[in-house]
Amino acid sequence: MVSLPRVVITGVGLTSPLGDDLASLRGALLAGRSGVERYEIRHVGQTLAGVCRFDGLKYQKKKEARRGTRAGAIAIWCANEALRDAGIDLAARARERVGVYIGTTEHGNVETENQIHEVAQFGFDLSFWSHHHNPRTVANNPAGEVTLNLCITGPAYCLGGACAAGNLGLIHGMQMLQLGLVDVALGGGVSESIHTFGIFASFKAQGALAQHADPTKASRPFDKDRNGIVVSEGGCLYTLERLSDAQARGARILAEIEGYHVNSDAADFVLPQVAGQEACIRGALAHACLSAEEIHLVSTHATSTPQGDEIECEAVRRVFGNSAGTFVNNTKSFIGHAMGAAGAIELAGNLPSFSDGLVHPTINVEHLDPACEVRNLTLNEPTRPARLDRVLNMSFGMLGINSAVVVRRPTH
Amino acid sequence: MTNDEIVLAIKDIIASIAPDEDLSGLVLDVKLREQIELDSMDFLDIVMELRKRYGVQVPEADYPNLATLQGCVDYLAPKLASKQLATSKMA
Repeated sequence: MVSLPRVVITGVGLTSPLGDDLASLRGALLAGRSGVERYEIRHVGQTLAGVCRFDGLKYQKKKEARRGTRAGAIAIWCANEALRDAGIDLAARARERVGVYIGTTEHGNVETENQIHEVAQFGFDLSFWSHHHNPRTVANNPAGEVTLNLCITGPAYCLGGACAAGNLGLIHGMQMLQLGLVDVALGGGVSESIHTFGIFASFKAQGALAQHADPTKASRPFDKDRNGIVVSEGGCLYTLERLSDAQARGARILAEIEGYHVNSDAADFVLPQVAGQEACIRGALAHACLSAEEIHLVSTHATSTPQGDEIECEAVRRVFGNSAGTFVNNTKSFIGHAMGAAGAIELAGNLPSFSDGLVHPTINVEHLDPACEVRNLTLNEPTRPARLDRVLNMSFGMLGINSAVVVRRPTH
Repeated sequence: MTNDEIVLAIKDIIASIAPDEDLSGLVLDVKLREQIELDSMDFLDIVMELRKRYGVQVPEADYPNLATLQGCVDYLAPKLASKQLATSKMA
């Protein structure tokens, strides 16, 4: 096997419905506090969502924010925060050796809906269609906005991976570092999806949009009464470096990425498959040269849909059913489904486990669905396992894309 | 709309397009792009806002007429004579 450089996480930049830095997010996850709230969007009306409230003008001028997209603003916030967290000053760096890899579930729907709404006010006269439409809707928009904001001249683009996208950004950043094509990679995912009514309407049409009188209880993976997804916005980008480079500059190392796997179900547009998910998990374990017993925490993707959660739990049982030291949790129960950002934010929320030794719980499980019973499923209260050295982070998406990433406690 | 109101209307549009700029010192007869940071996309935004707010169509060949505030007044006065000032933010 080819020996590739080891890659580590040296910084985290995020925005989530539970705060705009890792400490805030982790605090809420351990306190069992939900970030879901009531939300209104045109044509859909009252619904629920997870909303971010980062200071958009900390890193952008008003004009840049106006010209760009929400996804771009989220990405710019996360990129700046990730570099700051890593202690990297780009002024002292070769900017052509910095890459940006941002996973997105979808991009362009928000702006397209906005433009259609706009021209509808003028009888669909297309002379009112904005010249900003194309630069806002191109698929590389969030990554491109980061390069403009930070004067990064290296390879930068987005990875369309449905709701597996957050892991994809991380994985691709690692690959680019291992290939020696960049020296610093910003990888993760972003989502502006709460600003498109279409995503709510489509989940509703599919019977997969969460409803609950209490917004904080609406996202409830594994609960018998779960009834769908809470859509959220968010973003999380990691500063990734080769271990040798990080050590050479004396960087604080948050975790090492040991392995990953991405595969495809090739079976259905929307329904996930046990076999594909199981194969993906096993692929990540094989890539990292690990057994199931060496994973101490599985961060599930479960979105609170009746079928999806059940299928995922079966895949987890098949791989980790005999692994007494593996705990299982879920972050969407707190923040809803941050789409392209989900995988990245969910991994981030679990990284502090390496320092505080705790597994944050899955909240809102009042009646555990028997079909979702999984060994060591951490419900409603944090738990402290005997060992917590490795996390396996799962992220799956429509059209049957599966991803899993294994990270370990820093050893250096 | 009077000439003064046309200046107000243009400044109001620019304020929404270039919100970081201080427009208090803008003079009439110097090119806008020499006084504040405006690029070609911003200029298209000005044309779009004139279309949206006042129903004024500015053909591409006439764009140079809008280079200065005075140029805007001279060019737009006949087109805006019967229109009411519709300020959004500066009022």
